[in-house]
Amino acid sequence: MAEISENPVPPGDADALVVADNVHKRFGRLEVLRGIDLTVKRGEVMCVIGPSGSGKSTFLRCINHLEKLSAGRLWVNGELMGYRQKGGRLYELRDHEIAAQRRDIGMVFQRFNLFPHLSVLGNVIEAPVQVKRVPRAQATEKAMELLEKVGLPDKADAYPEQLSGGQQQRVAIARALAMEPSLMLFDEPTSALDPELVGEVLDVMRDLAEGGMTMVVVTHEMGFAREVGDSLVFMDEGVVVESGDPRDVLTDPGHERTQAFLSKVL
Amino acid sequence: MSSPNEPAGGPEKVQTPDPDRSAGPITAVPVRYPERWVAAGFILLLAAMFVHMLFTNDAFNWPFMFGNMFSEPVVRGVWVTLSATLLSMAIGIVLGIVLAVMRLSGNPVLVSVSWLYTWFFRGVPRLVLAVLFGNLAILYATIEFGVPFDTYIMAAFGLEGDLRFFSIDARTLLSGYTAGLLALSLSEGAYMAEIIRAGLQSVDKGQTEAAQALGMSRAKVLWRITLPQAMRVVIPPTGNETIAMLKDTALLAYVPVTIELFYQLKAIGTQSYQVFPMLVAACLWYLVITSVLMVGQYFIERRFNPSQNSVRNRVVGGAH
Repeated sequence: MAEISENPVPPGDADALVVADNVHKRFGRLEVLRGIDLTVKRGEVMCVIGPSGSGKSTFLRCINHLEKLSAGRLWVNGELMGYRQKGGRLYELRDHEIAAQRRDIGMVFQRFNLFPHLSVLGNVIEAPVQVKRVPRAQATEKAMELLEKVGLPDKADAYPEQLSGGQQQRVAIARALAMEPSLMLFDEPTSALDPELVGEVLDVMRDLAEGGMTMVVVTHEMGFAREVGDSLVFMDEGVVVESGDPRDVLTDPGHERTQAFLSKVL
Repeated sequence: MSSPNEPAGGPEKVQTPDPDRSAGPITAVPVRYPERWVAAGFILLLAAMFVHMLFTNDAFNWPFMFGNMFSEPVVRGVWVTLSATLLSMAIGIVLGIVLAVMRLSGNPVLVSVSWLYTWFFRGVPRLVLAVLFGNLAILYATIEFGVPFDTYIMAAFGLEGDLRFFSIDARTLLSGYTAGLLALSLSEGAYMAEIIRAGLQSVDKGQTEAAQALGMSRAKVLWRITLPQAMRVVIPPTGNETIAMLKDTALLAYVPVTIELFYQLKAIGTQSYQVFPMLVAACLWYLVITSVLMVGQYFIERRFNPSQNSVRNRVVGGAH
């Protein structure tokens, strides 16, 4: 049973889409997250940076409950993730209830994780048809629109292994968008790409941000963070060291650790 | 970003082909392999001797063999063998999926039950199982369906009688064919469980995560994402299992199942004192059916490798 923090505050701010309250995560004796407090507002693009092992990917995976919290609480869209609160006690949600919570949250992975046994179109319509029970024809129409949006309308019948990394990642974004999520999580979406393919994926993400999508982006692309991000969070050793406007943080970091990190990557 | 092989002279030195150097095709005397010719000649000689023996040794009695190979009971035996193969494989695969999912479920009771099942049915030889199931009627004269431990429960309430709804005579239910089929299916389930477990574990964990992130339930992830991808790994060994099963249906003769192919061929051989021709007929029948099954396997493998079909960039099914 997870230890849960003492104050059961529901997210007060109506504008807040994600509220993390004192989020801890332990893997055995290793404490990866040591108390994260964060709020992501609707329409906000939050970029999370930090050295590897700082816990930024783990935090992202806590948002859609791919990782169970060890302590603390996390709300998305006013819903407590993974638990139901009743009479001062927490009850773990059942598998299908957690699945229902995740439907509203799209996720894009570093290694794409497209389904290799399905075509590009099959990948995009899989969840709408299987989970939301959208009629196949309607899902296909919507999928073609999304493939158009990510610039791959002619690849609908291709299989993932026939695509370049950048194309695969754009399909992965279309697949996540097909569920019409209110929040998109990006876990180092360009880190596994050849340098010349990074731009095409960032372009799609920039379009998405301009369309008003709420996004949490774990990234090493400082240029993207500066231009597209509304806020920047610097994490190190499982805590948020510094956060604020990306331009301020990147040009004039207030904390020593941030300065040390940025001096290495910029 | 300079490559380590680059000469120290720098990149301004561009290689150009030397016009003086010859670019004509190489003409050289190829290496000869006389020992290969000797070996091939020797093997051809042995093959010729074998074929000569086939035609001259009277023990083969070819006319008798061909006369009886397609007799009515033998052809019926072929169908029994084929149906027993396909049915026991079908039941075995379903059992295997259930056992593999139980084994990976993380529930200690399900894990141990699955492990025990596999331990028992892999440990006992199929021949022994076939005979054992043929004699199962000794254990149960009738098979009854009702409330478990009913006599104890009724006694606890101070009542007499039982809570059994209907019963079947075990000798009818566990007659030769059913008993033999049960033995083969249950045994196959144990092997298929291991094959399917390996297949499921071969699928990248990222696939499950991606599917979960899309809001799919665990059952849906298994059925739509993990299992289809495991098929690629599962099908080749399953093809082997099917062919092994075809051959193991000969064990049904020991249940005994009298309508089965091998039993029929042996019976004809014994009755007419023509044992050897009928054994050759058995070899030929099993080879024919195995070949048919191998063709089937080729098409099933293609079906579960859709991307390779569309690209046609690899030799498909060549290895099996």
